[in-house]
Amino acid sequence: MLYAILCYNDENVVWNWTQEEDDAVMGRLGVVHQKLQSEGKLGPSARLLPTTAATTLRSGAEPMVIDGPFAETKEHLLGFYVVDAGDLEEALGIARQLSEANPSSTYEVRPVHLYLPDVRTGTPAQTPQARIAAPESV
Amino acid sequence: MSADLAWIDAAISAARPQAVAALLRYFRDLDTAEEAFQDACLRALKSWPQNGPPRDAVAWLVLVGRNAALDGVRKRSRDTALPPEETLSDLDDVEAPLAERLDGSHYRDDVLRLLFICCHPQLPPTQQIALALRIVSGLSVRQIARAFLVSEAAMEQRITRAKGRIAKADVPFEAPGPIERSERLGAVMAMVYLVFNEGYSAASDPARAQLSEEAIRLGRLLLRLFQTEPEVMGLLALMLLQQSRAAARFDPDGEIVLLDDQDRRLWNGKLIAEGLALIDKAMRHRRPGTYQIQAAIAALHARAPAVAETDWKGIELLYQALERLQPSPVVTLNRAVAVEKVAGPAAALDLISPLEERLAGYFHFFGCKGAFLLKLGRELEARAAFDRAIALANTPAEAAHIRRHLDRLMDEGRRGAA
Repeated sequence: MLYAILCYNDENVVWNWTQEEDDAVMGRLGVVHQKLQSEGKLGPSARLLPTTAATTLRSGAEPMVIDGPFAETKEHLLGFYVVDAGDLEEALGIARQLSEANPSSTYEVRPVHLYLPDVRTGTPAQTPQARIAAPESV
Repeated sequence: MSADLAWIDAAISAARPQAVAALLRYFRDLDTAEEAFQDACLRALKSWPQNGPPRDAVAWLVLVGRNAALDGVRKRSRDTALPPEETLSDLDDVEAPLAERLDGSHYRDDVLRLLFICCHPQLPPTQQIALALRIVSGLSVRQIARAFLVSEAAMEQRITRAKGRIAKADVPFEAPGPIERSERLGAVMAMVYLVFNEGYSAASDPARAQLSEEAIRLGRLLLRLFQTEPEVMGLLALMLLQQSRAAARFDPDGEIVLLDDQDRRLWNGKLIAEGLALIDKAMRHRRPGTYQIQAAIAALHARAPAVAETDWKGIELLYQALERLQPSPVVTLNRAVAVEKVAGPAAALDLISPLEERLAGYFHFFGCKGAFLLKLGRELEARAAFDRAIALANTPAEAAHIRRHLDRLMDEGRRGAA
C-alpha cells in the first residue's frame, strides 16, 4: 500500500529558522530518508517553498489565478513523502521516525488512492522497490 | 537550551511582530506594549512547558500580555482594588473568540502600523532601522549596537530618542484607508530594504550580515500580510536573490569578489529558487515597480549558469525601465555596466561621463570609470579614477579591491618599462 505522509508546521517558524537550525533538522531527516531508501520504501518526496510563493487556480466560469495558498491556515503543508508500507502501522512507524527527526512538525498519514505513473497496474507481485523506483521495467 | 525551550523560543519570536502590534493598538504606547509582551513571554515560559503550546500562540500572548499590563496599571493605582484572580485564569475559554477577532485583516493593519511607526518620516534612517530591529525583530540592544559598531549605551540612547520622537508625533490608530495603507506600505518597504542594505554592504562582518537576514524575515512577514502586492513580492525576491550570493561575494581574506569572478557553486540555490518563484508571480500582475525590476535584474544573473551566459541585453533593458520609473545617476551608472558588456567600454564611458558632477562623491562611479578606461587602454586616466575611488571607499574591502587594480597597473607599467 502506498501512503502519502504530509508534513505540516507553522511557516512563520520554520522559514525563520537559522541556516544552522535548518541544517540540523535536515541532517536528522537525511538519516531517516537514507534508511527508507535503502529499504526500498521511499517514493517521490518534496519539500515545498513557503505558501507566499504559491499561486492558486480557483475554478469557476473563468478559472481565476490567485496569489497565495488555497486556504489561510496557521499550519502549512511544508512537504510530503510517498512511502510504500505494508499497512497503516508501518506507515505510522515511518511517520514516527520522521517526527523524531523533526519534532516541531506534524505528520499526517494518508493512503494513496491514485498514483501516476501507476507502475503497479497488472503487476501486483512486484517488490516494493521495483514498484516505486523503476517504472520503465513494467 | 533544551529542545522544548528552543521550540518555545522559536514560537515566541515568530509571534512577536503580530503580538506587539496588537498590544500597541490596545495600549497606544510603545513602551507599554513592549512591557506587556515581555510579561506574556515570561508567563509563556512557565506555562507552555507544563500545559503544552497554545492553539494560537499570538492570541495567547496578546491576551496574557494585555491582562498583565492592565493588572500592573491597577496595582499602581491605589484607589482600585486588585482584580480577582479568576479574571486571569481560564484562558482557554477566551482564547477562541479572541483568536477570531484577531483575524488576518486585523493583524495586517496592526503590523503595518507598528512597522510604519518605526519608519516615521520624522526619524532619521539610522533611528528607523534601530527601532525596527529592536521592536519588530526583537533583537537586543547589544546585538543592534554591535551591528552598527557603536556602544550599547549609545544605541540605547538612539532608541530612546527615537521612541521619544514618536510619542510626540501624531500616529493615527484608526484602520487606514486604501490610499493611506498603500503609502504606509511604500514607506515600510523602503525601511525594510534599508535594513537589508545595511547588512548587505558589509556582509563580511557577521554582526552586520545578520541585518540582511532580519530584513528578509521582515519581507516574509510583509508578504504574508500583503499576499497579492507585486511590489512586496518583488522586494522579497530582490533580497533573496541578492542574499543568495552572500557566500561568494568575499574571498577568505574578506576581499570583494565581483559578480563576474564569483564561484557560482557558492550561490544558495534554495534562496534563488524562492526568489525566482516570487518574481515570476509578481510579473504576472503586469504592474511593474522598482523592486520588481531590480529583482528581475538579479534574476537574470541568478539564471545564468556562467558569466558568459548572462543576458546583458535583457539587463540593460531592465535598467532602462528602472531609469524611467526612478531616474537617478546611480541607476544610469548600473546600466553603463550592462552597456559595457553589450556595446563596449567606449559606449559605457560616454553614458557615465555626464554623471561625474553629480556622483563626485560616489565610490562606485570612479571604480566603474577606472575599469572602463582601463579596458580602453587609457591607463593614466584609469589610475587617476582609481585613486579617487580609494579616497571615497566606504569599507576597507572596497579600498583593497581598487588597490588590487592599481597594483596590476603598476606591475604592467614596470613590465612595459623594462
